[in-house]
Amino acid sequence: MFERLGYVDLRKLTITILMALLGILFLLPFAWMISASLKVEADVLTFPIQWIPERMNAIENYKAVWAGALPFTLLYWNSIKVTVITTITSALFSAMAAYAFAKINFKGRNVLFIIVLATYMVPPQTLLVTQFLLYRWFGLYDTHLGLILLNAFSVFGTFMLRQFFMGVNNEIIEAARIDGAGHARIFSHIAFPLIRPAIATYAILRFIWTWNDFQSPFIFLRSDTLYTIQIGIKSFADDHGSIYSLMMAASVSAIVPLLIIFIIGQKHVIEGVQLGGVKG
Amino acid sequence: MQQALESQRHSQRGRRRVKDSFGGWRENVAGYLFVAPMFIGTSVLVLFPILASVVLSFTDWNIVTGYKNANYVGLANYQELLTNSLFLKSLKNNLVILLSIPVTLIISLTMAVLINRYVYFKGLFKVIYFMPFISSAVAVAIVFRVLFHPTRGPINQLLMSLGIDSPPGWLADPKFALLSVMLIMVWTSIGFNLIIYLAGLQNIPKELYESAQIDGASAWYQFTRITVPLVSPTTFLLLVAGMISSFKIFDLILVLTNGGPGNSTITPVVFLYQKAFIDLKTGYASAISMVIFAIILLITLIQFAVQKKWVNY
Repeated sequence: MFERLGYVDLRKLTITILMALLGILFLLPFAWMISASLKVEADVLTFPIQWIPERMNAIENYKAVWAGALPFTLLYWNSIKVTVITTITSALFSAMAAYAFAKINFKGRNVLFIIVLATYMVPPQTLLVTQFLLYRWFGLYDTHLGLILLNAFSVFGTFMLRQFFMGVNNEIIEAARIDGAGHARIFSHIAFPLIRPAIATYAILRFIWTWNDFQSPFIFLRSDTLYTIQIGIKSFADDHGSIYSLMMAASVSAIVPLLIIFIIGQKHVIEGVQLGGVKG
Repeated sequence: MQQALESQRHSQRGRRRVKDSFGGWRENVAGYLFVAPMFIGTSVLVLFPILASVVLSFTDWNIVTGYKNANYVGLANYQELLTNSLFLKSLKNNLVILLSIPVTLIISLTMAVLINRYVYFKGLFKVIYFMPFISSAVAVAIVFRVLFHPTRGPINQLLMSLGIDSPPGWLADPKFALLSVMLIMVWTSIGFNLIIYLAGLQNIPKELYESAQIDGASAWYQFTRITVPLVSPTTFLLLVAGMISSFKIFDLILVLTNGGPGNSTITPVVFLYQKAFIDLKTGYASAISMVIFAIILLITLIQFAVQKKWVNY
């Protein structure tokens, strides 16, 4: 009883410390990666592990990664371009369809909704072969446009945003219609702003998934000047497979910016994942 | 006068609009325009490819020889596939991978309960354990390739310094490669499962725990008699999601082992990739796609069937 009167609950404190130790263990691979990326190659695999490098080689390592044969500046630019455009178009198309499925009474609405929803059950890997043929046929193979289109039509986004549009009060929409507003105006000026937090949540999830996507660029890109970060580091690892300090510098360069985005937007990310119950 | 006219016009327009909202051609056009990008996109990129795959899976088309040389071969692709020892091995490997799901679920639920009730700085812990899930699978695979290095990697150096003279070769050893992949999968997916469990735990009424505490029930008793049964819908959801996503893993295995050593980590999706994009056997690869699709569809249908029973309990 007296324990509870104090400022801290002793059991809670003990478990917090234990979980923190477990958390440190959990993040050790990241710590090792960062530490190795700063080292001279000869020190990377010394044992016991030097967590704080004795001989710093950070500038040289990161210079080799960022200004090497396949410079990371180019990979980053490609990734940012593809990810940002994909996120915006995907959020827009999903929101438009979601608004229509929730708030417009058009003929065949339910049938169309079921068709779109059914495509969600198809695992993307089973589509690769025919999508590949289709892309070569349309001239979309080995283009950023093709890569963007692959992820621009999200059934998950449509379904998720539809739930939020259904929560928008019909009276607000009716009132706008009486004032002479069409659906385009209601969507852009009323409904879309009302569910902005949900759209932000979806957009941040789509951003992370697209940024981390390896499969689509791996299959649908061939020119290394078009590579995104994910296939860039794979190809970098294939070329420098035995120089671990450089590989770790490349991995840090690929992981850390996204971790920062995640930490800033963690509330949205965690809520979004809980809401959808989906794995990338 | 003018005002009266205005208001009359206004009310007329109002009436027309209200009537409009029950249907009418304007409503239809607006609906189709709003749905068009999504519908056309999914039709071209999902519906058409899946139907084309069905057709292609009955042919021996090879992308190099062109479609003029393609022949209808009936069920030959499927017959070959179901007796192909490498494909059967990939299916077996995937079944073994499924064993990592219950392990992940037990660890995640335990951690979720601790974080939910017995820990300060809840938000911080969520972020820490979620980090591996958010990280690029390729970069994670590259890091673990070095950590698991059989002779010079930190993990084996640690084991050797602890007195284990011949530690396993991990990813380089056909006997341990699949296990190593599974360990990494557990590490990356704990975050996701933990977050979903935390959401599920919020749905359990607090009064249940309070009355159990008044009755003097131990924390273990509360966990096994209240938490585990009441969180079971979440467990089921995570089990199904885990099974489906296990059939989709591609990047992690491709970068870690590329299916090796000695095909010990090959999965159906990696096998599909090899046949479609290395051997260029388009027809045959379409048949593989169909089998993977059928497996995932089956899991989904079982999910629906079981879930219906659960909603009624």
